[in-house]
Amino acid sequence: MIEVIDLYKSFSHQEVLQGINLRVEEGQILALIGGSGKGKSVLLKLIIGLIKPDKGKILIDDQDISKLRRRSLKQLKERLGIVFQGGALFDFLTVFENIAFPLREKTRMKASQIRDIVLAELARVGLSGSENKYPAEISGGMKKRVALARCLVMKPEIVLFDEPTTGLDPLIGKAIHNLIRECQRNLNFTAIIVTHDIPAIFPMVDRVAMLYNGKIRAAGTPGEIENTKDPVIHQFIHGELEGPISIT
Amino acid sequence: MSFLFIPFRIIGYVIHKFVRELGRMTCFLAASFFWMVFPPYLPRRIVRRINFIGVKTTVVILLTGTFTGMVLALQTYHALAKFGAESSLGPVVALSLIRELGPVISALMVTGCAGSALTAEIGIMRISEQIDALDAMALNPYKYLIVPSLLAGLISLPLLNAIFVTVGIFGGYAVGVGLMDISKGTYFGGIQDFVGARDILEGLYKSLSFGLLITWISSYKGYFTGYGAEGVSKATTQAVVLSSVVILVWDYFMTSILVA
Repeated sequence: MIEVIDLYKSFSHQEVLQGINLRVEEGQILALIGGSGKGKSVLLKLIIGLIKPDKGKILIDDQDISKLRRRSLKQLKERLGIVFQGGALFDFLTVFENIAFPLREKTRMKASQIRDIVLAELARVGLSGSENKYPAEISGGMKKRVALARCLVMKPEIVLFDEPTTGLDPLIGKAIHNLIRECQRNLNFTAIIVTHDIPAIFPMVDRVAMLYNGKIRAAGTPGEIENTKDPVIHQFIHGELEGPISIT
Repeated sequence: MSFLFIPFRIIGYVIHKFVRELGRMTCFLAASFFWMVFPPYLPRRIVRRINFIGVKTTVVILLTGTFTGMVLALQTYHALAKFGAESSLGPVVALSLIRELGPVISALMVTGCAGSALTAEIGIMRISEQIDALDAMALNPYKYLIVPSLLAGLISLPLLNAIFVTVGIFGGYAVGVGLMDISKGTYFGGIQDFVGARDILEGLYKSLSFGLLITWISSYKGYFTGYGAEGVSKATTQAVVLSSVVILVWDYFMTSILVA
C-alpha cells in the first residue's frame, strides 16, 4: 500500500506540490491525471525515492521512504519499479542487455537462466526477435514495451508509470494499456499511472486522482470522476477551453 | 547610497558562487572516492571506460606526440646552434617532453577527445533519465558511471603520456638525425646521460593528477548538466574549458613543488 500524507515539494522557490494526500491500496491501479508540468512526475520520483520531499510523509507498507537510511531505502527500492516517460533505456546496451541488466547486476543467476527470463519477458511484451537491436533502432512504442519488460523482470510489488502512452498512436497506446493491465493481473502489482490519456485510461484503472494547483483535487473511481460536478475536473477530462482552469 | 555597495555585492556573489561550486565538486569527488572503496568493483566497466578514454584517444596522441617532438627538435636545434650546443638536442627534447609537454599536451588532447565525450555521455544519460533509472533499480550511479571513469582516467593518462613522450622522442630523432645530421649516438646517448628516474616520476605524477582532474571535472559537469540539448552543450563546453585551464594552472603549482 502507498500512502502520501501532506507532501510538499518546491524547486527554486516554485512550489510544485503543496500538501498532497493520496492513498493507493495493494493490488490497485491508480491513474494520476492533471495539467502538464504540474508535478505528477515529481510525485512519482518522490514516491520511488529519487528526490526528497520538503515536508510530509510517503508511506510504503508503513515505512516512510523519505526517512529511511541508505541500506533500508535500497531494500525498499528493490520492491519498486518505474517506467519512465521516454523509457530511459541504456542506449549503449541492446534490448536484450537492457532487460538483462538488473538481473545481471542484482542477482547471481546463471547466464542461461537470465537468457530464458529475458526471452520470456520479451515474448510477454510482444517483442520476440528484437533482442539484438539497440534502443535507437526501435520505435517509441517498442521502447516503452522494453522499458516495461526491464521493470517487470525483477517482479516489483509496486510499479509507477510515467506517461506510458505519450507520443504513441491510439492503437499502440491501447495495446500498451492492455499490456499493463494484463501484466498487473498476472503479477498483481500495485500501480500508479501518470497519464493524459483521458478517458481511454478509465476502463483499465481502479481509481483516478487529479492533481491541481499542487494538491489532489479529487480521487475516486473512474465513474465518480467522470460524473463529478466539480467544474475543474469536468473541464479537464472533457478538454474544454472555457472554465476555471486558465490555459497559459 | 546603496549604489556604492553594488561592486561589493557583485564580488560577494561571484565569490559565493565560486565557493559553492567548489564545495559541490569536492563533495562529488569525496562521494566518488567513498564508493570506490566498496564492492562491487565492476572491472568490466573500468575496462570499457579505459577503452572510451584511453584507446580512442591513442591515434590523436600518436599524431600530436610525433609532431610535437618534431617541431620541438626543429626549434631547439636552431637555438642550440647559436651556442654550438647542437649535441644537447636529444636531452633537451626528451626532458621537455617527459617533464612538461608530454603530460600537459596529452592531458589537453584527452580533454578534447574523451573529456568532452564523457560529459556529453553522462549529460545525455541525465536528461534522458538513464541515471534516474539506475537509481530506481537501487544501483548506485556513482559506482556505475563515475568511479569507473575516474579509475580509467588514472590508468589511461600515464599510459597515453608514455606513448606521447616515446613517439615525441622519435619525432625529434627524425628531425635531429634525419634532417639536421646529428649522430644517432649523440641523440640517444645524451638522453641516457641526462634523463633520470626523477624526471620520469615528475611526468608520471603530473599525468596521474591530470587524469583525475579531467575525469572529475568532466563527470561532474555531465552529472549536474542543465536541461535539454542546450544544457548538455553548455556542460560540455564548460568541462573542456575548465579542464584545460585547471590543467595549466595545476601544472604550474605541481612543477614548482616538484622542482623545489
